[in-house]
Amino acid sequence: MKSARPEIEVKNLEMAYGSYVVMRDLSFSINQGDVFVIMGGSGCGKSTLLKHLIGLLVPSKGEIYLKGEDFVAAEPEEKTAMLRQFGVLYQGGALWSSMTLAENVALPLEEYTSLSHSEIQEMVSFKLSLVGLAGFEDFYPAQISGGMRKRAGLARAMALDPEILFFDEPSAGLDPVSSRRLDDLILQLRESLGATIVVVTHELPSIFAIGTNAIFLDPETKTKIAEGAPKDLLEHCEDPKVHRFLTRSSN
Amino acid sequence: MLSVSVRDSENAWFKIEEVGPQKVAVCLYGEWDIAKGLPVWRDVEQALSSFQNIKHVCFEVDNLSMWDSSLPTFIIKCENYCEASKIHFDDTHLPSGLRNLLELSRAIPEAEIEQDEKHKHFLYRLGETCLNFFHHSVEILTFLGLSFVSVGRFFAGRAQFRKKDFFLILQQCGADALPIVTLISFLVGFTLAFVGAVQLQAFGADVYVANLVGLGMVREMGAMMAAIIMCGRSGAAFASQIGSMKVSEEIDALETLGISPIDFLVLPRMIALFFMMPLLCLYADFVGIFGGITVGIGMLDLTYTQYIKQTQAAIDLADFSTGVIKSTVFGALVVVTGCLRGMQCGRSSAAVGVAATSAVVSGITAIVVADSLFTLIFNALGI
Repeated sequence: MKSARPEIEVKNLEMAYGSYVVMRDLSFSINQGDVFVIMGGSGCGKSTLLKHLIGLLVPSKGEIYLKGEDFVAAEPEEKTAMLRQFGVLYQGGALWSSMTLAENVALPLEEYTSLSHSEIQEMVSFKLSLVGLAGFEDFYPAQISGGMRKRAGLARAMALDPEILFFDEPSAGLDPVSSRRLDDLILQLRESLGATIVVVTHELPSIFAIGTNAIFLDPETKTKIAEGAPKDLLEHCEDPKVHRFLTRSSN
Repeated sequence: MLSVSVRDSENAWFKIEEVGPQKVAVCLYGEWDIAKGLPVWRDVEQALSSFQNIKHVCFEVDNLSMWDSSLPTFIIKCENYCEASKIHFDDTHLPSGLRNLLELSRAIPEAEIEQDEKHKHFLYRLGETCLNFFHHSVEILTFLGLSFVSVGRFFAGRAQFRKKDFFLILQQCGADALPIVTLISFLVGFTLAFVGAVQLQAFGADVYVANLVGLGMVREMGAMMAAIIMCGRSGAAFASQIGSMKVSEEIDALETLGISPIDFLVLPRMIALFFMMPLLCLYADFVGIFGGITVGIGMLDLTYTQYIKQTQAAIDLADFSTGVIKSTVFGALVVVTGCLRGMQCGRSSAAVGVAATSAVVSGITAIVVADSLFTLIFNALGI
């Protein structure tokens, strides 16, 4: 069921590192249940935008609303409460290397719920089994492969059943089969948990397989140049840059 | 019909009802939210066991208003219970999203991984410790051997490292360490003089404070304090830097390029400390003597000239040399322990911390042990 109010609304966002402006005049909304894809060529500011959306970077101008509440101007305590609705999968998994996979997934549960130790262990095993890592509870991140680390990162991102899941380049470094499996997993999770998903990627198969809505960022004009469902953009978008990107053509 | 209701939590609760012969339904109610508390599993087991001869368990979810992953874990526990009690488990009435999730969690079977036995026999552990000791000794000797070979390559002009790195390390180990060496050495000289003055004043031998401080600093404390500071400062820095390079596979990258990590990382540090340690030691000697002078002039009414003359008479070149020789060896120990611990570092962020700590601890231990050996040797040689 889609609610009228967008989950995330971005208005006239300007992102800058010091005086260097990365993107300006960005406005878009992400609705509940969307798989929202942020796409664009390498180095166009996709990950920077993601970092702004999850509060790691502060915009130089503009507003970000989370369920109608101002995320940028929120007091630290409010912001922490808002952040608890997020789950983030970082590019390399960003697992805490001194903790086992089980401890990685358990940490958010220990910090933010009053569940008992055994309940947390059950929850952790369930989350790890969802990403196909049942039995790897006692492994350290250094002992497993990059793809497994990414999946374990996803299990940690899902630990608190977030309403919005952010994925930074989920397919990067994965073989096509694992990448496809991760896409399927994302869709399954959206369907089963009703989560909203924001994905930063430039992998075309993933974009078409999972994206319900998307924006295209252009580093030359320093703003978004297209918005809509990826399949629609492929068929109807007139902009040559978007078309080149989506058809993988060189001219 | 028998029915048992369990309500441990305000938000999520359930009722077990007999819905047919040997068949019960678990009716789920409320909001199943991990943040708001869940039913206690022991109560579920008790409730189920209060029914006789159940052969069939199903679910009813009409009154379930909201659920998150707390519900699938509850269902999994029910399923495991049914499997253990040979009861038919029927999940057809569960929400489709939930069933998909459960299916997803079962899609890849649990990996069977051989776990190490937790309680090992004493003899096994003893053997393991001996093997580890042997393994570590081989590791240290290999590192030392490779370092010697690397020094050989340096003299042959074939060592691969960047001069820029070398000069940066030289600056970090030398000029950058001066403020802390100044402070510590001054205070050590000051304290030596103060403690000596209190004792010597009683015998009217005030002027011999200069001998005490001069010999103490030049033969012992100058080299020792400079080495301990360098161990805490540079040894820890070497270990953590090389350790974090190990974590981020930078050392692997060097090796695959055919560049020896020993040449590239250890050698410049070794040469830098080889040059800097004796200089720092001499500097610490003079600052320590200056600390003694302040006490001599301020507290004992000695004149500057008197103090300096007495110091000059007390120490000779041999005394200076012992300190300088010691400091060179201490410098080598700081580099070896720092770099060795860095190279032995595991592949996690915690391992970097362990490497830095262990570099400082083993460095200081090695310095103190070496100092004792030097004292014995110099004594035997009559220097």
